[in-house]
Amino acid sequence: MKTSVRKSRKNSKSQLTQFLGFLVLRLSVYLVLFVLIYFLYDVLSHGSKVISWEFLSQAPRKGMTEGGIFPAIFGTFLVTLITAAVAVPLGMAAAIYLNEYARAGRLTRLIRLSIRNLAGVPSVVYGLFGVILFVNLLKLGTSLLSAGLTLALLTLPWTITASEEALKTVPDSYREGALALGATRWQMIRTNVLPYSIPGMLTGAILGLARAAGETAPIMFTGVAFYLPFLPASLKDQFMALPYHLYVMATQHHSLDRAKSLAYGTALVLIVFVILFNLTAVIIRSRLRRKWKN
Amino acid sequence: MRSVKKKGVFGDLRESFIHRLFQASGMLAILILAGILALLIYTSVPAFKEIGFKEFLTSTRWDPTSPEKPEYGFLSMLASTVMITMGAMLLAFPLGVAVASYLSDVASPRVREIVKPIVELLAAIPSVVVGFIGLTLVGPFLARIFNLSNGLNALNGSLLLAIMALPTIISISEDSLNAVPAAYSEASLALGANVWQTLIKIKIPAAASGIIASLMLGMGRAIGETMTVLMATGNARAFPHGFLQSVRTLTANIAIELGEVPFFSTHYYALFALGLVLFLITFFINLSADVILEKQKRKLQ
Repeated sequence: MKTSVRKSRKNSKSQLTQFLGFLVLRLSVYLVLFVLIYFLYDVLSHGSKVISWEFLSQAPRKGMTEGGIFPAIFGTFLVTLITAAVAVPLGMAAAIYLNEYARAGRLTRLIRLSIRNLAGVPSVVYGLFGVILFVNLLKLGTSLLSAGLTLALLTLPWTITASEEALKTVPDSYREGALALGATRWQMIRTNVLPYSIPGMLTGAILGLARAAGETAPIMFTGVAFYLPFLPASLKDQFMALPYHLYVMATQHHSLDRAKSLAYGTALVLIVFVILFNLTAVIIRSRLRRKWKN
Repeated sequence: MRSVKKKGVFGDLRESFIHRLFQASGMLAILILAGILALLIYTSVPAFKEIGFKEFLTSTRWDPTSPEKPEYGFLSMLASTVMITMGAMLLAFPLGVAVASYLSDVASPRVREIVKPIVELLAAIPSVVVGFIGLTLVGPFLARIFNLSNGLNALNGSLLLAIMALPTIISISEDSLNAVPAAYSEASLALGANVWQTLIKIKIPAAASGIIASLMLGMGRAIGETMTVLMATGNARAFPHGFLQSVRTLTANIAIELGEVPFFSTHYYALFALGLVLFLITFFINLSADVILEKQKRKLQ
């Protein structure tokens, strides 16, 4: 009797601890969600007052206190295109090597270690590297090309990792089937691996590029401009970009109060852009997962 | 038929060429990492020659444009970076581990499906937007609470960096908790422990090294963050004395001054020396986290 009473008392005590413990965990989750939603709400409520077709399609006017952000949208689009052209094929190729060719060994370990470490290099260090390598040594100047290449280096570890994930989802039986029929390794990759992994690779690439498009520090000294009265016409031109435009409007503008309300609009455009890209990727990914299950 | 035709010496050559091509793309990662280090060192050398290691490493005064005597000491900025990062980790680490534990051991699969993408979304918000929020939302809020003229200070930076480090801490911690073999918790539950006791006494200790690694990776991210601290901390050059003071981190200083310096001046080289310091700090933190994670993987297998 006595022991069972003690036991049940102990049980109810540990149950109370569990209840309180779970409560703390749950509150932590609510706190994180609250912070994110409050941030988004703040930008949305201020930004939506500024957003209009005019804001999205026109150039800034009167010292960037009126008008729109079209040159910044266009510049971000162009620089992301350059980044994609360099980082996506290279990332895919590196991932194909790691997943289809490389054997476990010192070289492979070193490559993987480098990729993981590249992902942790601060973005401002990529900016410094871009200045010294592309702007100065290769004499590309502060230009779309320098900025795009700098962002490509920054994106590369993400595209490699994402592409490798996609390659891993292709079942080994597909590879074995091709090899058993006498295909060479490259034929096997081309006919039996790539067609099934390219959608996944592109999804990962989209996410990486969305992050690259939101970066400021790497382009700050490699090509982006405070304000340009014309759109860039060649790879050697400077350009305006959304993230840098936001920074300038929020901190560097001569009449900050008027600029700030416009800055909310830019911030909202950036956030919507990022959310759209992420949503697309999430949807494609879950569709792919379902496809592989069947 | 086609495959048969392409075999033979020519086909073999083609195959090995393609193999080498892919291998070269893989090795590019090593080359880039080594290239970053090499160019940073190469560009920092003139700075160390002109300034001297002693001044760079021991002086708290960074005043490159002083007309009498320019001085290049990195200590104040290092202290600011360390302070903001520590503050951020004090907030983000307990919170991140709590969320990770909730996701791995308490939440239903449906809740997990909803919360995880939202946390990932947090990681995707551009740092310049987070900095903007620090400037327009967190700053005025802090100013009101602490009765300051503005809220651009170390605390603001720590709060924002905590938010930015959370996704890293959550996802790596959750992975480590999930990697604990089911037999561990099953044994604990079979002995009559409840889920909470199992989590606290069995799973978290078993995943401890991975959780520590998540802290380090979060720290690496916070140390390297530029735009957020640049916009939210006020960027005063003085040695930091408290969380309600304006501070200037290593990253912010590079971002502020690189646009203004003449190329190939002492000041320019000195900024690359700061970049080298930043690279080395984050590199060793990430490398250690990597080693810890690898060890844990082997142990739990």
